[in-house]
Amino acid sequence: MSEVKRPNPLFRNLTSKLAASPMIFIVLVVFVGSTMWTVASSFTGIKTLPIFTPQEFYDNWVGWDQYVRLWNTPRWITSITNLAIYGILYSGFAFVIGFLLAVLMDQKIRAEGVFRTIYLYPFALSFIVTGKVWAWVLNPAFGLEKTVRDMGWTSFSFDWLTNRDMAIYTVVIAGLWQGTGLVMALMLAGLRSIDDEIWRAARVDGIPKWRTYLQIVVPMMRPVMITIFVIVASGSVRVYDLVLALTQGGPGNSSQVPSMYIYEKLFVGALAQGTAASSVLLLATAIILIPWIIVEFGKKSRE
Amino acid sequence: MKLNKWIAVLATSVAMPLMANAAELEVTHWWTSGGEAAAVAEFAKAFDATGNKWVDGAIAGSGDVARPIIISRILGGNPMGATQLNPGKDADDLIAAGLMQDLTELAVAEDWANILRPKSQLESCTKDGKVYCVPVNLHSGQWMWTNRKVYEDAGIAPPQNWAEMIAAAPALKEKGIIPLSLAEGWPVGLLTEDLIVAIAGVDNYVAVYQDRNMELARGPEFAAVFKAIDEARQIIDPKTVVPQWNDAVALVIQGKAAANVMGDWAGGEFAVAGMVAGKDFDCLPGLGVEPVLGTGGDVFYFPKSDDPEVTKAQFAMASMMVTKEVQVAFNLKKGSLPMRADVDLSAANDCMKKGLEILDKGTKVFPNNSQMIDRDSLNQINDVMKEFFSDLSITPEAAQEQFAAIIEAAPK
Repeated sequence: MSEVKRPNPLFRNLTSKLAASPMIFIVLVVFVGSTMWTVASSFTGIKTLPIFTPQEFYDNWVGWDQYVRLWNTPRWITSITNLAIYGILYSGFAFVIGFLLAVLMDQKIRAEGVFRTIYLYPFALSFIVTGKVWAWVLNPAFGLEKTVRDMGWTSFSFDWLTNRDMAIYTVVIAGLWQGTGLVMALMLAGLRSIDDEIWRAARVDGIPKWRTYLQIVVPMMRPVMITIFVIVASGSVRVYDLVLALTQGGPGNSSQVPSMYIYEKLFVGALAQGTAASSVLLLATAIILIPWIIVEFGKKSRE
Repeated sequence: MKLNKWIAVLATSVAMPLMANAAELEVTHWWTSGGEAAAVAEFAKAFDATGNKWVDGAIAGSGDVARPIIISRILGGNPMGATQLNPGKDADDLIAAGLMQDLTELAVAEDWANILRPKSQLESCTKDGKVYCVPVNLHSGQWMWTNRKVYEDAGIAPPQNWAEMIAAAPALKEKGIIPLSLAEGWPVGLLTEDLIVAIAGVDNYVAVYQDRNMELARGPEFAAVFKAIDEARQIIDPKTVVPQWNDAVALVIQGKAAANVMGDWAGGEFAVAGMVAGKDFDCLPGLGVEPVLGTGGDVFYFPKSDDPEVTKAQFAMASMMVTKEVQVAFNLKKGSLPMRADVDLSAANDCMKKGLEILDKGTKVFPNNSQMIDRDSLNQINDVMKEFFSDLSITPEAAQEQFAAIIEAAPK
């Protein structure tokens, strides 16, 4: 170790810090600032117009009222439950199906480009189009059910879209149809980045192919997996337009999701109720993300 | 020839600046069905004739979809030139924040207070003595629409009220006809309120919604209403529930469904389909129980603008909307009642005439829901009713209690 005095860490890489300062500013003001405003306003009774001064906050303060109302609203409970169902099923199946498709695609098959395009095509469609198309396909009056019945199987029934217990699963189906292709493409890129030497070494050791995939390749794809997880998970929390186009949240309120509730409350005279609901989502996301951030980045700095 | 073209181009470039005192106004509204679009075209035509330009900003869906978009744009500092809203409390906060154009000057100059009726509509537009919106039509939501041919083919006399419609349901179902068509979302809330008016009566409806009489809301009169809704949900097959109100009306027009409960704006759809009231279909105000008329409708607000040209065009538009010719042309297409009593309505169809008759008597005219209670509470009631309708395990008693709790908590 040399005896040279270490420079002030604040001035290390000064240029890059300067270059990053607009970004830091935006993060502080837009993300942190807006988040704090959202949480603070959820403790007020504001209806349509946002407030900014401490005096206004003081005048409108209502404590936990908005949260009491929120958790006493059946529609919100349904929404949160649906988000959990959608998030878990969508992320889970997108991962598994996407990985399997990628592995199949990785077998040096002929016309790979054609298949890749076919699987990726749905992703080029917006959620609105996806939702509308599936709403037609699943509509019992003229979609799949009627087609199968017209072909002669008259007892065939597939009414998930109009069945309150099953409607949220139609959203999962449509979401998977749309999003799996992207997961596959990312997984495939990850698979291709694995060095051929690894495969050769595994073959020399006589390890079966499926074990090579599960125990060697998948752990090596960890960074890709994390990227995909972030994309898929954030996509499922955001789900809004797909539900709107596919089920409109119905039948009744059975396929509502939190973003629909928040959007409605924010702009039709219940602003604070909307910010309370979004604060709950923020908190839920933070509870999931913070442990992961600690584990992931904490480890890196130790290394 | 070539030279002529050049001269034309030059001439236009000189003439263009001279025409610049006209303004383009973007107008947002949620009138997108066949009859509604035809009515909007009348407004656009009349406004373009004033030398300005109507830029159509239709928002597909319904008021529930459009309202957040409209309000967020005004709040976000990207206001449109003019926008449709419903009369009542929807724009109160925006007015209080000074975001809406004050139209008092024009209203006084044109004597709106005396030419527009009923008084309740202009009063809804007036806050602290200033007029902020222009009422363009009168809509009542309490109508039942029936396809006469469907009933006649089934050997049933076309029903003249709600109870007869319910009684005819089993026979129609056997024939594979939908006895009562229904659309997802707000139409469920509309059906609820219509049944309150028909079964509990107008006075009780106003007593609960406006005066917040909680005893009544939890009492036997309203229990009877929830029983009736319970009957209605039993005869509606969830598979036949359609996404939009005009889809539900279309089912009646096509003869796939026998009846639908919808506001008088459905009349526009029947008109577009070329059907004649009293011969092909029946329109029954107050669901046939008692002829009543809710004073719903549409009003136009004009968000404030820094550009004097825009403000001028906004005044021109407001003035245009209440002229006699435009009122007649617009309302005939829309199936709504005009705001003016002094117009020639000989071209009106039978349904509109029924409405006008009730309006002239004036005894059974009552305020619209949005004039009595805030939108947030109305949305919560809709949520309860949507659930009640689609989930048969919710008892009428439970739904009534949830409904009453929302009324109780609603800000005065």
